[in-house]
Amino acid sequence: MSDDVENRLFQNRYVVDTGKPHIHVTPHETPSEELKAMVHVCPAGCYSQNEHGQVEIVADGCMECGTCRVVCQNTGEIEWNYPRGGFGVLFKFG
Amino acid sequence: MNKIVFDAIVVGAGPAGNSAAYTMANAGLNVLQIERGEYSGSKNVQGAILYSDALEQMIPDFREEAPLERHIVEQRIWMMDDRGHTGMHHRSDDYNEDLPNRYTIIRAQFDKWFNRQVRDAGATVLYETTVTGLLRDPRGQVIGVQTDREGEGYYANVVVLAEGVNGLVGQRSGLRSELRPEDVALAVKEMHFLPQETIESRFNITGDEGVVIEAMGTITEGMIGTAFLYTNRESISIGIGCLVSELSRVGKGSPYQLLDRFKAHPSIRGLLEGSEMKEYAAHLIPEGGYRAIPELVGDGWICVGDAGHFVNAVHREGSNLAMTTGRLAAETIITLNQRGQACTKKALGAYRQRLDDSFVMKDMKKYKDVPRMLEKQGSTIMDTYPRLMNGAAQTWFRVDGRDKKTKENEIVKAAWHVRGLGLLGDAVKLARAWR
Repeated sequence: MSDDVENRLFQNRYVVDTGKPHIHVTPHETPSEELKAMVHVCPAGCYSQNEHGQVEIVADGCMECGTCRVVCQNTGEIEWNYPRGGFGVLFKFG
Repeated sequence: MNKIVFDAIVVGAGPAGNSAAYTMANAGLNVLQIERGEYSGSKNVQGAILYSDALEQMIPDFREEAPLERHIVEQRIWMMDDRGHTGMHHRSDDYNEDLPNRYTIIRAQFDKWFNRQVRDAGATVLYETTVTGLLRDPRGQVIGVQTDREGEGYYANVVVLAEGVNGLVGQRSGLRSELRPEDVALAVKEMHFLPQETIESRFNITGDEGVVIEAMGTITEGMIGTAFLYTNRESISIGIGCLVSELSRVGKGSPYQLLDRFKAHPSIRGLLEGSEMKEYAAHLIPEGGYRAIPELVGDGWICVGDAGHFVNAVHREGSNLAMTTGRLAAETIITLNQRGQACTKKALGAYRQRLDDSFVMKDMKKYKDVPRMLEKQGSTIMDTYPRLMNGAAQTWFRVDGRDKKTKENEIVKAAWHVRGLGLLGDAVKLARAWR
């Protein structure tokens, strides 16, 4: 995650549901173009590519916009649910 | 054991859900509203502009208590190139009226207030609860919702889906299809705090006056999108959004990098100077227009607001459509409730008629061809024309010893060089889509 986005997310409030991330990337050898695109499209910089080229997610900074769900809808690589009630991002201003 | 059956369950507490729940509770219906956030507004993101009329229909004296930021006296529309902007500004003292027409608001605060009115009207609101699915009877009629709380769920005669653009309940229940990347924009936004006097002097405003800037042009790097800057009392909301299909296909940069460039643009930089950024948010906006509106009613359910794709992207209106659709759905349900009629698909069809008779569907229909036109003409409109316009303005306003006729010819030649006969076609296409 770049500093660009990390500094921003630092301003936000989150209640992280520890051990229960609301988004999963299914294990894969080679990610689809759609999933790879999420590395730059995700506004919270949640996605990154590891040394083997696989795409990973750390959803702690997720703002629950749903963009990755829409982009990867046909690839089956993302399992997306809203966080449990009361968890996730908490906007002070919105 | 007797289970409680509410007259209606409202899923979500944004402008659409709050409007629906408020209207029904106010009419004496037994309403349960379910919100996944800690409070109404904690998950909600908007620019944000409040359009008085839509709220006045329900709460005529809302100005007395609602947390409002500034009423808008000046609108700036900018076509931007890399170095500057050419635009239209409209300002009038007439907007300093007793009952102003538009306000900037901060959604987390406004929604909390609106939701308080919902509770005061008698609705039960359940927070920190995510609706996970619909309950149906053997015939398929929706009879309630399942949540992530323990227990069998909650029952009602009708479920109002006000779950927002990323509405998983309706979609996973097969009530509507998945959003197409071409039909949604991803917008990112920051809240920048500045002393009130600084904002007022920078924008030439006093008291509660406010300014709105809507911008398009090279700031979205040829992608279909727009940017905005709104003045609040002690803060500035600034954001930019592009269609998801463009962002994911083009792969030029991240949304926050677009926002950084917009903030650093010579036309914007000085307005934000010295500000403190206190929040960063992202949200999808349904921009597919009329053709992207899904099925709106079924046996035991009705759909309102962003979940129903009710956004007028051309005019940057959404919250007013959300409030109006929420209210109209509620009025449809109230009528059925009073007649003792079941909320079947057929009976709820009256909602569609109410929508057709209102500004909501009339406006949605008016601009139904705009998304398609943009899909084809996107980079011309977002990049070529803003550059041409700013170039033409410079040619026209610089005094450099050349005669005006030569300058006129130069402007025409520049446009001809870039678009040729396409100019004519573009004009026709725009006129057709706008009609």
